[in-house]
Amino acid sequence: VTRVERADIVVIGAGPAGIAAAVSASELGASVLLFDHGLEPGGQIWRHRAGARVPRTASRWLARLRRSGARVLRGVSVLDVRRADDGSPFEIVAEHDGSSAVVHARRIVLATGARELFIPFPGWTLPGVVGVGGAQALLKAGTSFRGKRVVIAGSGPLLLPVAASLATRGARLAIVAEQTPREAVVSFVSGLWRSPSLLAQAAQYRARFASTRYATGTWVTEAHGREHVTAVTLTDGRRTWREDADVLCTGYGLVPSVELARVLGCDVRDDAVVVDDIQQTSVAGVYAAGEVTGVGGAPLALIEGEIAGTAATARHVAVGSLMHRRDALRASARRMRATFAPRAELRACVTPDTIVCRCEDVTFAAVSRAPNARAAKLYTRAGMGPCQGRTCAPALSFLCGWAPDTVRSPVEPAPISVLATDSTSSDSGATS
Amino acid sequence: MSLRDVRIVVNDRELRVEPGITIAAALLNAGVQDFRTSVTGAPRAALCGMGVCFECRVTVDDVAQQRACLIAVRDGMRVRTGGEHA
Repeated sequence: VTRVERADIVVIGAGPAGIAAAVSASELGASVLLFDHGLEPGGQIWRHRAGARVPRTASRWLARLRRSGARVLRGVSVLDVRRADDGSPFEIVAEHDGSSAVVHARRIVLATGARELFIPFPGWTLPGVVGVGGAQALLKAGTSFRGKRVVIAGSGPLLLPVAASLATRGARLAIVAEQTPREAVVSFVSGLWRSPSLLAQAAQYRARFASTRYATGTWVTEAHGREHVTAVTLTDGRRTWREDADVLCTGYGLVPSVELARVLGCDVRDDAVVVDDIQQTSVAGVYAAGEVTGVGGAPLALIEGEIAGTAATARHVAVGSLMHRRDALRASARRMRATFAPRAELRACVTPDTIVCRCEDVTFAAVSRAPNARAAKLYTRAGMGPCQGRTCAPALSFLCGWAPDTVRSPVEPAPISVLATDSTSSDSGATS
Repeated sequence: MSLRDVRIVVNDRELRVEPGITIAAALLNAGVQDFRTSVTGAPRAALCGMGVCFECRVTVDDVAQQRACLIAVRDGMRVRTGGEHA
């Protein structure tokens, strides 16, 4: 069954940016539909189980969302976003509980967030190897890591809260390996003197795994095991050693999830959606906010969401002070991304036999014979599986310098019944 | 174990699990290590934990290819792991 609905504004993604956009637009009187993948609004950063306690900022925004009148649809996969031809500019096709929904909207706010950047190395496909954010997500979803020997090896500020959570919940942390060189980390931290709250937060996290070594300039080169990870190899570029591990958490920061933006034809530069001063993309009526416009954390995402939600209502509301705060946060976000960008040595970890595309089990040897992502897809099926290249495309972009291939709808796999109802409904006005 | 626990069946084995957790969490807590078998026959399990990577695909109540990290456990749910491609 296809449900057809209408809304002034559809917000896609219910993390901080999407929540702030939905709240702002709704409080100004717009009818708002907020779609999310997850079981509860909050996105990855505020992920929580129904009824569970959340941080104060999160609970304030979630309460405001409940009061705002915005309708929240959970467990939704957005399959396609396109221009409608019936006067309401946009049509969003989504799957919800095995059936399809078509929503006509005057404006769209993309708050699709980001995902982890995984860089392949031998053994990274073994069970027990998870993302850094992946471990946090699994923990919040009820997974116990109690008593497990855990190695964390990756890059970026996310390593700290994840190490803190795992240690607090009874994991035995072997080491936290940050690939960024010591000098770069020190210089980044000393540049944070303007943000004492960030420094205090980092210190609090560090205190929760104080007995574990935080090794800068150190990265993982291999995960060992037959059916499951049992050990990992680490290096600091001079010395190479093995650590026993039941779990390896690895991830090299985040990459914006720009698939829907690209389906809509929005300009994307440096993997992020390009927006103007009021968060509007290059496509009129489509706004973007949060990590999808460049990874910068929840405080920045909230401000961008407020600006986007307000602008999408087309009401004249002053957002000057928000823009000022946004621009300051964006500057420190750029510094953060530059500091923790993956080092060139990580390209050397991959071997010819290393699987790069995990959906289709395509090795690096097979993929690297192709001249670009499109050719690799055609000849090796890399990026053709259910994740549609979401994991391997950013990895190949890092390893081979390839630009991502074009995105086509449906942007997520969907049952044929859902796709069938979709095409019936969208063609219903046409002669065939 | 408490009265609030929900009962799920994983590969013919009955588990009592905390309500509200995801299938992925329930499987990992029960020591299930391979969620699916890859196209070349290797075991795979949850990687991203947030619905992006599709590595945690299992069969839920006879529906194949469901992402275990996105679905909460429900009483009476039947989960099958280790399936080829799923």
